Amino acid sequence: MSGHHDDDHHHHAEPEHPLSVRVRALESLLVEKGLLSSDVVDRVVSLYEKDIGPHNGARVVARAWVDPAYKQRLLADGSEAIEELGFGGVDLKVVENTPTVHNLVACTLCSCYPHALIGLPPTWYKSFEYRSRVVIEPRAVLRDFGLSLPESVDVRVWDSSAELRYMVLPLRPPGTEGMSEAELAKLVTRDAMIGVAVVQPPATPASVR
Amino acid sequence: MSADPFAASAPSATEPAAGSKPDRRIADMAGPSALPRKNGELVFESAWAARMFGMTVALNEAQRFHWNQFRDRLIEEIATAERAGVDSTYYTRWFAAFERLLADTGLVSAAELEARAAEFECGHRDDVF
Repeated sequence: MSGHHDDDHHHHAEPEHPLSVRVRALESLLVEKGLLSSDVVDRVVSLYEKDIGPHNGARVVARAWVDPAYKQRLLADGSEAIEELGFGGVDLKVVENTPTVHNLVACTLCSCYPHALIGLPPTWYKSFEYRSRVVIEPRAVLRDFGLSLPESVDVRVWDSSAELRYMVLPLRPPGTEGMSEAELAKLVTRDAMIGVAVVQPPATPASVR
Repeated sequence: MSADPFAASAPSATEPAAGSKPDRRIADMAGPSALPRKNGELVFESAWAARMFGMTVALNEAQRFHWNQFRDRLIEEIATAERAGVDSTYYTRWFAAFERLLADTGLVSAAELEARAAEFECGHRDDVF
């Protein structure tokens, strides 16, 4: 630590952004005035960094896996059921994967997507290639994502629109019987809720059977 | 200090959800003020942007202002920058909106901020957050 007023007392080497100083000055003032504490700022940042995006949809999926009554409500009226968990603002239809049916979501016109639940769409979701091929040859698209489904599985494609968004309720993977809802939510990926992947069992099974 | 005209319409201080999960009005802002994301996750262009985001949300949570007061200013800053063709980043515009809101609400005046920033710049202060 040099005690100089230039950048070398920070934890990074790149030149400091002009606003960086002003933001530090603001935090210093706000803390001094007792308007906030740095701990609260830390907490807010990590809360928003962690809890937004695919995570919300994952919580919905995990709830449906552990609570059959919730699953029924979710499949009957997605919009209302996600409101129970504090999410909303979207007309949502949830489609359930079963051992014989695999669902896949697209938006053939643009890029409609339940972003409140699973974040912003990935680039490929918006690509013309995905949007056009998914309807014509969904199995080939799934194979490109590394998912080969047996012919006995019926693949259904759902076309999202500005009025109605779709989300896939993936199959609960085997080996997860002993897992809590929170642990289950961590297994659920964005791609599984779009339907281009399935939820993988945990690397180390939670319970040995 | 003027009375807070938004206190009455602000959510109850005892609202249990406060602080334990993201505020949907912030997280799901749509249109130009929508938070920058990648794969659904927030993207902060640098550490200062994350600190500033945290401060703005924390002050809103503490009911120092109503979120719409901030969002309106953010939308204005974005529109002004775009009209003028200024190639500034989202969080640079956020800073302008935040700075203005703090001054407008009397929480931190422009002069206070200038003075404190100058202290940091000349090394008279070295608070680490």
